[in-house]
Amino acid sequence: MEYFLQQLINGLTLGSIYGLIAIGYTMVYGIIGMINFAHGDIFMIGSFVALIVFVALISIGVTFIPLALLLVLLAAMFFTSAYGWAVERVAYRPLRTSFRLAPLITAIGMSIVLQNYVQVVQGARVKPLQPVITGGYTIMESNGFAVNLSNIQIIIIGLTFALMVIFSLLISRTSLGRAQRACEQDRKMAALVGINVDRTISLTFVMGAALAAVAGTMFLMLYGVIDFYIGFVAGVKAFTAAVLGGIGSLPGAMLGGLLIGLIEVFWSGYFTIEYKDVAAFSILAIVLIFLPSGILGRPEVEKV
Amino acid sequence: MSAPASGASGHFASAFKDALLAGIVALVLAAPVMGFGTSVSGSDIVLEPRWWLVAAAGAVVFAGRLLLRLALGDGTASPIGVKWFRRAGGRPIGHGESGLAKVIAPLALLGALAFPFLPFTDRYILDLAILVVTYVMLGWGLNIVVGLAGLLDLGYVAFYAVGAYSFALLAQHFDIGFWFALPIAGLLAACWGIILGFPVLRLRGDYLAIVTLAFGEIIRVVLLNWYTFTNGPDGISGIPRPTFFGIPFDRGESGFAATFGFDYSSMHRIIYLYYVILALALVTNFVTLRLRRLPIGRAWEALREDEIACRSLGINTTNTKLTAFAMGAMFGGFAGSFFATRQGFISPESFTFIESALILAIVVLGGLGSQIGVVIASIVMIGGIELLRNLDFLKQVFGNDFDPTQYRMLIFGLLMVTIMIWRPRGLISTRNPSAFLHKRKKIGSESVSEGHG
Repeated sequence: MEYFLQQLINGLTLGSIYGLIAIGYTMVYGIIGMINFAHGDIFMIGSFVALIVFVALISIGVTFIPLALLLVLLAAMFFTSAYGWAVERVAYRPLRTSFRLAPLITAIGMSIVLQNYVQVVQGARVKPLQPVITGGYTIMESNGFAVNLSNIQIIIIGLTFALMVIFSLLISRTSLGRAQRACEQDRKMAALVGINVDRTISLTFVMGAALAAVAGTMFLMLYGVIDFYIGFVAGVKAFTAAVLGGIGSLPGAMLGGLLIGLIEVFWSGYFTIEYKDVAAFSILAIVLIFLPSGILGRPEVEKV
Repeated sequence: MSAPASGASGHFASAFKDALLAGIVALVLAAPVMGFGTSVSGSDIVLEPRWWLVAAAGAVVFAGRLLLRLALGDGTASPIGVKWFRRAGGRPIGHGESGLAKVIAPLALLGALAFPFLPFTDRYILDLAILVVTYVMLGWGLNIVVGLAGLLDLGYVAFYAVGAYSFALLAQHFDIGFWFALPIAGLLAACWGIILGFPVLRLRGDYLAIVTLAFGEIIRVVLLNWYTFTNGPDGISGIPRPTFFGIPFDRGESGFAATFGFDYSSMHRIIYLYYVILALALVTNFVTLRLRRLPIGRAWEALREDEIACRSLGINTTNTKLTAFAMGAMFGGFAGSFFATRQGFISPESFTFIESALILAIVVLGGLGSQIGVVIASIVMIGGIELLRNLDFLKQVFGNDFDPTQYRMLIFGLLMVTIMIWRPRGLISTRNPSAFLHKRKKIGSESVSEGHG
């Protein structure tokens, strides 16, 4: 029971990170219907920016951790958003009217570019960071096994929840959200009623990248090691999560992220850690056999 | 670049403004990631400010953007000389020149056949040619699934891996030679194609893409971790080399050179390998071209164009999709076996997602569904990667501390993006329809659907 509870906490933490990345995938897919393969690498950039800004802040004397963390988050969101915006502007916008596979290939190309760019400018070695947020609570203890809920886990789950609420409100209440939903339904009509489609799409990429930056920062704080390759694995997982939840659906992405995180952690905890990816992918395939458009996705209406 | 002439001061001003903006964005992008180098000392990270690098990035982007804008214009004013570039981007290569194409194809074939004996061909070039032809074959195999049936497959490398491991394991445990193992490997890969095909029958578009990607990863992870069966990350070594009807290519009495009275040369085996992969690739091409005229091939293309119409005309879409997966997988399996026998050593390292992406990129960059496009794209991509290995001259420019090899994949990725933006429909943008009413006429690739599956 204690072991189960501990795995549940770990799974929710990992799932929150996946969910945050998955939202970026799902928003982009919803609005322009493409897989943004470079999104995982945007997440990786986010964690690198966080690392660099954090070390820089410490070295100039900002040692009050909550303040440093807040500044790191803001800086990571800002710079990573710039990357998200630039990738869309350079690689996807020229192909907006092209056929479906063209932006997919440029997305794969951008992913290669971002990975190797970071490898070149930051080196291929793993970057460690000493634990920043330490401490935590012991929820229950019996038979010599303590269930721990660390502060960083609380922050990750809390922050994810808060961001989820903020983004849901943003999508459902603001004019930007309305514009996004309009573009999602019919880009041409949206343009006809005066929505700046290009700007809306750019902002979608910016929002997705900002969430990925939060995920990247949290990943750095949780695990304490990053390298230029973390984007690929996390990206594939998050994309799996987005599809599992039903691509295009915001709560679906979060749900999918949590599910993938839980599956992975429980599989590693109870079976073998080597096959955790196989477990996650197999469950994706099985779910899609029965629900071809994901758990919360709307089935596509076929028009003849 | 030609300087903009009349009424161009406004043009220049707008280009300048645009370039300035791009430069500022580049500064922002470069500021954190390029501006600070990180080095690990003990358990701490030490930052090394490198502001000159940020400035350089900003300047390069500014200059590049300015030149690009002046060269290409913004659509309103296009100076001469670069008009060609724009037109070339939209112009279908070989459009309406089917007479020329009829000459080029046999010539290319002749060239490929004579290639090992051309004067400039040495071992290095021939090895590269073998690699290119392998990718041509993989591209043609994937073209069946993606180009003809319109099913997006991001895990094609799985079948390549199945083929390679099938042969390696058969050779290791049952001492089966390359030529006997080849059909078995193809068959096994085809079976895996069907196994993948079943769960994805109802999926479309990106749902299909992620499941095929997941499938590729599952195969790789299993190969990596099933130590007792596949030898895990250590891979399988000592895979037998192919023989010429049982005659090995070695120095011995019964070797190829001794049997046919040649002087022994290690090139014989390489030349033989080249012909083997060329033959396999040509078989792939021939089978594909023939299948397109059979009902099953037409069903694939019908499926790509409109799945609902296809179903309502009584075509069994289940069988159609499964055969497409199986055929594509089979050729991937053949190529995998060849890869194993050529390398003599395989490990899961060789079958990562990036390989799938590369093969898909070859198919899409060549022009979806175009056979000759795959050839051109393979030469460009694989040859390009290889050319980028020889960047040593950059050392003379930037000094000896500069390691050019690490820029290889960066440049490769940029090339991929650039070519795609330049020619979104691929290098070959005309198609020969398989079915026609009166006369076979080339059509633009934009009138060919890309499929939804």
